[in-house]
Amino acid sequence: MKIVALNGLLGYGYSEEALQQAFSEKVDYLGVDAGSTDPGPYYLGSGKSFTDRGAVKRDLLLALPKALEHKAPFIIGTAGGAGSQEHVAWLKEILLEIAREQKLSFKLGTVLSDVSTEYVLTKFDSGNIIDMSSEFPASRQSIEESSRIVSQIGIAPIIELLKKKVDVILCGRACDTAIYAAPCIYEGYSEGLAFHMAKIMECGAMCSEPVAAADVMQAYMYDAYFELRPANPLRRCTVDRVAAHTLYEQSNPYLIFEPDGVCDLTNSKFEQVDERTVRVTGSEFKEAEEKTLKLEGVKCSGFRTICPATIFDPDTIKNIDTITKTVTDFVKENTKNTLPEDSYSVNFKISGGAESSMGIIMDIVGKTQEIADTVCALVRSRMLHCDYEGRKSTAGNLAFPFSPSDIHVGPVYEFSVFHLAKVDSLLETAKITVEEVF
Amino acid sequence: MKKLIDYTKILRSKNAGPLFITFDLIFRSKEDMDYVEKRLFKKDIAKAYDVEEEKIDIISYGVVNSIKITFPRKNISGSLADNDIYGCQQHMPLANIEL
Repeated sequence: MKIVALNGLLGYGYSEEALQQAFSEKVDYLGVDAGSTDPGPYYLGSGKSFTDRGAVKRDLLLALPKALEHKAPFIIGTAGGAGSQEHVAWLKEILLEIAREQKLSFKLGTVLSDVSTEYVLTKFDSGNIIDMSSEFPASRQSIEESSRIVSQIGIAPIIELLKKKVDVILCGRACDTAIYAAPCIYEGYSEGLAFHMAKIMECGAMCSEPVAAADVMQAYMYDAYFELRPANPLRRCTVDRVAAHTLYEQSNPYLIFEPDGVCDLTNSKFEQVDERTVRVTGSEFKEAEEKTLKLEGVKCSGFRTICPATIFDPDTIKNIDTITKTVTDFVKENTKNTLPEDSYSVNFKISGGAESSMGIIMDIVGKTQEIADTVCALVRSRMLHCDYEGRKSTAGNLAFPFSPSDIHVGPVYEFSVFHLAKVDSLLETAKITVEEVF
Repeated sequence: MKKLIDYTKILRSKNAGPLFITFDLIFRSKEDMDYVEKRLFKKDIAKAYDVEEEKIDIISYGVVNSIKITFPRKNISGSLADNDIYGCQQHMPLANIEL
């Protein structure tokens, strides 16, 4: 069975020639990952994608008709970058636009994986929430404050949709591996091999040389092994690259944790089959007794205004601690009758400074944009003219690169939930729908 | 005195999810890997990053002559005090550890 990864992230691009090459022989499944938490909490919070609409459409424009022509189910994970229902709607709209433009018809399966605050609170109260990090314990308050929470689905909902013989599967927040492992497990291949293959494929041609997340990758599944070969003839897979791939972004190179269990690579063997192909054997899967789904939630922490500036005077740089303290105290004193102290926070993001220059971003987060603006203006003006002992450059401490100097960043989100939930069924958070697009 | 970075072919940091930071040290040879493995201690990493020793995981991955180090981020990705959302510029304190 042949499974193709369009690239490492929908919207990052791929070589058209490589896609043609991949589809020059029979393709059974096509997959692509469309999201990540790497860009931080903002995107889940705002409902926006960190990928560009035009770039996402370009990547789908070529791939969708190819998949339909080959009757290869096209599985898209973590739609819209963060996978909430708003993100799924955004990507679905692009798919429908392409379908209209190219007069394509297909059966579309959708999995939404949003969960309600009540769902998470019930899990918390019944002791079914597990912390992932000692530095980030779950609390009732942080769950209640969350404006949006999604669950990261595994293979189960995708397999449900494959059973319904859909042509395109659009997933909310999904494990990257589920995109590629689900069809293999559905077709009866070994879970250990399926998850290991999926872990490598989800990054596109990252496991090849020259390395590229932005290109097409291919896997061939067999009963006792799988083989990887990049679609682009300019690239090749090597044992070192493929073996090293499980280091990347993983906390443990031997174990891949999944909702269903753990994929164990301790006994995996890598073998160079030909110049461009690597064969993998021995990857094992241990089913977990207790099934879990990861929950990701965000809260709105306020609104941000920033002011970037540079200091070139070594005397000013030496006195930066005094200056920032003077400024912070001044703001506190100046606003004591107008702003509650907990209605804003002031952060100085400082870089460099040892020798020639120091970069500073005055970072103000307020309960409202207006509060952030007010405090930022005070910080900026006070810092510009802040005195210190022995000061010679009395015209100003800061070089502003822009006018206006202060920049509205808008709403700020932070992760409020990032935990595992024990579940009775790995389908319990999935809302599955099927519709005909024509 | 040589620094850790002098022994590595690749030395990188990256988020392993928003709550953890992970470091990959990839060596040119098994000899370099063994040399570092014997001389790199959790207490040095703890000091370099102001993190408790018991929260640090060090895993050797001999398949590709590499060592992985993982610990929880104090300021998780995107929190107000965070300065590196992807965590990919956190490797210098580790790189500068003298061996």
